[in-house]
Amino acid sequence: MTVESTAARKPRRSAGTKKSPSTEPELVQLLTPEGERVKNAAYDKYVAGITPDELRGLYRDMVLTRRFDAEATSLQRQGELGLWASLLGQEAAQIGSGRATREDDYVFPTYREHGVAWCRGVPPENLLGMFRGVNNGGWDPNSNNFQLYTIVIGSQTLHATGYAMGITKDGADSAVVAYFGDGASSQGDVAESFTFSAVYNAPVVFFCQNNQWAISEPTEKQTRVPLYQRAQGFGFPGVRVDGNDVLACLAVTKWALERARAGEGPTLVEAFTYRMGAHTTSDDPTRYRGDEERQSWEAKDPILRLRRYLEASNHADEGFFAELEAESEALGRRVREAVRAMPDPDHFALFEHAYADGHALVDEERAQFAAYQASFADEGDH
Amino acid sequence: MAEKMALAKAINESLRRALESDPKVLVMGEDVGKLGGVFRVTDGLQKDFGESRVIDTPLAESGIVGTAIGLALRGYRPVVEIQFDGFVFPAYDQIVTQLAKMHARSLGKVKLPVVIRIPYGGGIGAVEHHSESPEALFAHVAGLKIVSPSNSSDAYWMMQQAIQSDDPVIFFEPKRRYWDKGEVNTEAIPGPLHKAQVVRAGTDLTLVAYGPMVKTCLEVADAAAEEGRSLEVLDLRSVSPLDFDAIQASVEKTRRLVVVHEAPVFFGSGAEIAARITERCFYHLEAPVLRVGGYHAPYPPARLEEEYLPGLDRVLDAVDRALAY
Repeated sequence: MTVESTAARKPRRSAGTKKSPSTEPELVQLLTPEGERVKNAAYDKYVAGITPDELRGLYRDMVLTRRFDAEATSLQRQGELGLWASLLGQEAAQIGSGRATREDDYVFPTYREHGVAWCRGVPPENLLGMFRGVNNGGWDPNSNNFQLYTIVIGSQTLHATGYAMGITKDGADSAVVAYFGDGASSQGDVAESFTFSAVYNAPVVFFCQNNQWAISEPTEKQTRVPLYQRAQGFGFPGVRVDGNDVLACLAVTKWALERARAGEGPTLVEAFTYRMGAHTTSDDPTRYRGDEERQSWEAKDPILRLRRYLEASNHADEGFFAELEAESEALGRRVREAVRAMPDPDHFALFEHAYADGHALVDEERAQFAAYQASFADEGDH
Repeated sequence: MAEKMALAKAINESLRRALESDPKVLVMGEDVGKLGGVFRVTDGLQKDFGESRVIDTPLAESGIVGTAIGLALRGYRPVVEIQFDGFVFPAYDQIVTQLAKMHARSLGKVKLPVVIRIPYGGGIGAVEHHSESPEALFAHVAGLKIVSPSNSSDAYWMMQQAIQSDDPVIFFEPKRRYWDKGEVNTEAIPGPLHKAQVVRAGTDLTLVAYGPMVKTCLEVADAAAEEGRSLEVLDLRSVSPLDFDAIQASVEKTRRLVVVHEAPVFFGSGAEIAARITERCFYHLEAPVLRVGGYHAPYPPARLEEEYLPGLDRVLDAVDRALAY
């Protein structure tokens, strides 16, 4: 249970800051970067019964999520998507926490939770409509209890809290996971969601992926205390977990969800991880961070460490990895074809669903737009 | 059964009816429980429906609206109170960015039947941030519906309809009229929520208003009648959608239009009405559409508010100017 090589990170704090990276608090870790299973008295029990099949499942989830993510990045480069927000490096945080949820739980994501969406059973191509520009989300959140992506960061933590308050009113034992990041932790809505969830003892797990960077701003620009410690001031527990350790993320989220179901209220989980890629395909990280930091995190890669563990414990053979490689390529192909086949929306779609019960002005403007469009009819197809 | 009640009491009775008839209806806001709200609009509701349905919230407007969105996603129909008009802005982001857009973002799959009650407007001698009229700031946003009753009966029935709406509704309550009494028939079948009503028929000029200014305009019409001028008063009731057909029908008859609201004239709802009615009624109009409202200055201290708010004389002045063409 040690913090891996944070000392290797380029010091970014101003000279006046007393804290040094070496005093970073300990985090919950069950698998070392070398793939060794380490004991943890508090959290081992949450993964005690895990089978080799389930371990391979976690590995498969991470590999396929990374493959999907890479495909989406390529599709952006090819002009098929307008933008993509890569999750590269955060697979363990997302798969571990996502696989901890139950079918009746509800997830409130940011715009980068592609791995959680995968765990919830959301078809990956559904995530791409908004990045291609054919819709602004489009999927039915209730199909997989996976809310639409939220772009204005932090807002969804309040929705998650309200939803959790509703669960309590219904007398159900479902729970909610609210995802956000180190950048969003500065938003007032996140603080308010902590307040509301604490006051109403709402069954919500706040899962903060601290990927060290909010576009160009390091976490030090958001906080002077480790983020998980913020929970204490609101009256609920916070814990830091190795966000590149899928087992630890699974165990800690299970623990937090169990608390929620038992009526013990909210929990803050800070998954300490790293955004290996750019903020989005429009970003250029070379302007604000050096490569050596990235390299130090590469050594802690979430997929590599589980592979080492699977191999060392003989839980997976060459056949498994080869089969997964093929499945991975098939997924990439499927996503590529699905995106290219995505039709542009009908012109009139811009008026659709502005209101559930209709609106006189929308009707009027739609009619004007139709008349305008029709005025081109004589000029042939336009 | 018809009964005379104050406008605030009519909203209270309407909320009570909604809480009784639909277990998914919730009332939430600051001080709405034990205190019954600072204007007592929610008086007695927590006592009768419990803390789980009539919820005293932390003092955080974004949190109130944000959690209401989450509750609506879970299938509830929250009726949220923002204590005063000037306190809504911490929630503006949740209202504009989240509440208004989620239905469209989900391609119609998500519905957010949230009602946001806002006591608004001036004339009660209050301190800063307690007298504003921000309706135009919301009317500019697609996805929201904006209504404002002017009397007890509309307050009762429009609240019923707002709660039944599957769209988010911002319900602006004319706080200076809270204590005005009017007949409420709790069994009458109401007209549509977003239709204007002619509250006084006339032939020489149309006065358009909503919320607190309807009463002022009725007083203006009385005063004008003494001078032999027949004014028609149209109570819009809804700012979004806005019943332009009703205004057009009235203006085609009277040929003159004055729009009155407490909110600043600049980019106010009167500007939109003037533009659209000019387009629709260009050959009927005998005078430009005139507007009477607040000035482009921060809402003034209470001792100056009579200068800022449209009153009888300022509206009559505009009427005279329109009739002079």
